[in-house]
Amino acid sequence: MTLTRAAGVILAKELRTEFRSRQLLGTTAVFVLIVIVLFSFTFNPTSDEARRFGPGLLWLAFLFAGSLMLQSSFLREQTNDTLAALRLAPIEPFGIIAGKMAANFLFLLLVEIILLPIFAALYNVAILPVLGQLLTILILGTVGLASTGTVFSAIAAQARLRELLLPLLLLPVLAPVLIASTEATIDVLRDPGQLSRVWLTWLAFLACFDVIFLTAAWMVGEYLLEE
Amino acid sequence: MATGAQTQAPPQTGASAAGAVISAPSLLGVFLLLAAASYGALIWAPTEATMGLVQRIFYFHVSSAWTGFVSFILVFIGSVAYLRTRALKWDWLSVASAEVGVAFFTVVLVTGPIWAKPVWGIWWTWDARLTSSFLLWVLFVSYLVLRTLVEEPERRALVSAVFGIFATLDIPLVYFSIWWFRTQHPQPVIGDGGKLDPRMGWVLLLTWAALLGVMAVLIRLRYRLEALRAEVDAVRMESSRSA
Amino acid sequence: MSTPLPSSTHGAASNGRSSGLRLQFSEVEKRYGMRLALRGITLEIKAGECVALVGHNGSGKTTLLKIAAQLTRPSRGKIAFYTGESPVSLDDVKSRVGMVAHHTLLYEELTAEENLIFFAKLFGLADPAGKARQALQPVGLADRASDLVRTFSRGMRQRLSIARALLASPGLLLLDEAGTGLDPEGQEWLGATIERLRDSGCTIVMSTHGRNETQGAVTRAIRLEGGKITHDSGAGGNPKEILVMAAVRDSGEEGPV
Repeated sequence: MTLTRAAGVILAKELRTEFRSRQLLGTTAVFVLIVIVLFSFTFNPTSDEARRFGPGLLWLAFLFAGSLMLQSSFLREQTNDTLAALRLAPIEPFGIIAGKMAANFLFLLLVEIILLPIFAALYNVAILPVLGQLLTILILGTVGLASTGTVFSAIAAQARLRELLLPLLLLPVLAPVLIASTEATIDVLRDPGQLSRVWLTWLAFLACFDVIFLTAAWMVGEYLLEE
Repeated sequence: MATGAQTQAPPQTGASAAGAVISAPSLLGVFLLLAAASYGALIWAPTEATMGLVQRIFYFHVSSAWTGFVSFILVFIGSVAYLRTRALKWDWLSVASAEVGVAFFTVVLVTGPIWAKPVWGIWWTWDARLTSSFLLWVLFVSYLVLRTLVEEPERRALVSAVFGIFATLDIPLVYFSIWWFRTQHPQPVIGDGGKLDPRMGWVLLLTWAALLGVMAVLIRLRYRLEALRAEVDAVRMESSRSA
Repeated sequence: MSTPLPSSTHGAASNGRSSGLRLQFSEVEKRYGMRLALRGITLEIKAGECVALVGHNGSGKTTLLKIAAQLTRPSRGKIAFYTGESPVSLDDVKSRVGMVAHHTLLYEELTAEENLIFFAKLFGLADPAGKARQALQPVGLADRASDLVRTFSRGMRQRLSIARALLASPGLLLLDEAGTGLDPEGQEWLGATIERLRDSGCTIVMSTHGRNETQGAVTRAIRLEGGKITHDSGAGGNPKEILVMAAVRDSGEEGPV
């Protein structure tokens, strides 16, 4: 069975499980909302400051929420040892990881898309004129977050203190994504309607990040599933 | 029709590292290098015009960063090698290099403020080098924390190797993103002030060479410690096997 | 919960014989940290044999089964699979191995049918939905197909787990104390199922505490102790003695941890 098909089957399973309960999505979305609200207390949300600080805080909220949400990815395969069931199947081990990466990407993107307009409303930021550009940033950044996060979730599932461990591992590694996404977002909001070089550079950077870490995940990720 | 117990070779140990850990000549060599570098940095190099004596710390500050960087490359090598060979000695190299790298970056983070405060009046500035150093420091401290949370040696080696690879691949991305960020939002740089007197350049290189020597010694010692621990475990298991 | 035993073979395979796999362990050793779970196991299990592994907890039975399932790799030595004389690659053989493990390996938040469809797809089976529905019949769960596994009793989960192991008509079936959680009727059904599978040529290796439910089907018994094989009734021998000895020894004492 090819890698993509196996990943597809697992992706479908993850989606079905999650949309049945919607617990994870709901909780993550609420968490991001709480962070956004709390952040608003830490500075005076005038239009100008919102444009300067807002994007960074939004992405920080996504990262925090993501690093909490991603934990369940492999933790839930410890119930009834379903991970063993996946490993028994005649599929490439990376297929398991790829399927989960895709699922996590979709979940995170969904949460982000839901929260983006709420953020825009709360902080008086006009996102409609630059929606396409913002979505590009969201997608590229989330690919990095989901792919790295899924791999690290597999690591954390095998260690103690896993609730603390995943953010501990993930946030430093994702610092470049935070910087790039924030800067790109600020740039887009500053000059709406202009495809600036700065924005493109950061996008290219994000794409590089994604390619490098997806490749790394593909090459070494499967070893994490061994017993 | 039982299968008898066969005598198997004991698992990977560091037994071959018996004897002097570090030869006297190499230890002497490193010591001499360090002495020469210190002399160069503290006495021979010209005093910098604006910053005065405290600027001399720059030689150690910058070369510590470079040395830490080299240590982390060794973490990458050890991690990749472990995943391919599954020989624990590569894991020993990785943890030794990570710890030494963190130590050197601690020096960077400490000498930075020591330099900055008298000269610029501030303890810290989020300039590119310091920020990157801080992030690298955090990154590999996470690596070390991860190791404390996994007990079984082979599992620990495996997850550390995977994370180590990700962490080291992150290094150029960290540097670039912070550097490009800084060009957009300039900050006072704890810098070299631009031009470097050629004598300063020589001293810098000499200091770096000396610190590389120190790095090699420290990694060797730490590696040896891990090897000894593994040897103890192997002996313990040998005795449980024949029980 | 009457479980009518189908007289024909399971699944849609009308050709009957699922060619059993032959297994060869060569000097297999498995270390977990400092603990040696298996020591120097050399063992050949021929196609169609029905082997019972007996021994205390911690004797290495589960580890041996895991290695056969390729859930874990030997620290030393290797394992090989054959159909007849031709070797089967380790990757290919996975689609022909079914395992019932200590845990149920089922997704609580999916229905019985969804679980089976999912695994059928992963095993690359054609018509996964059909195979899933068919698989529920023999285990008596057809009327609970759309219920979440979360609502199942232990016995029902065990039966679903067995159905899952049989989905792909395996040539090698591995059972790790599959009888636990089943009521006497279920255990009888399990024994009959194993016998039927054995008759159709499937190789079966199961770990058991020496209790009687599956004794009839067993063709060979191997006793493990401390990771070593201490008794083996052999491919052509009589397993009764070892099984009886195991039942006597294990009655009352559940073995050291």
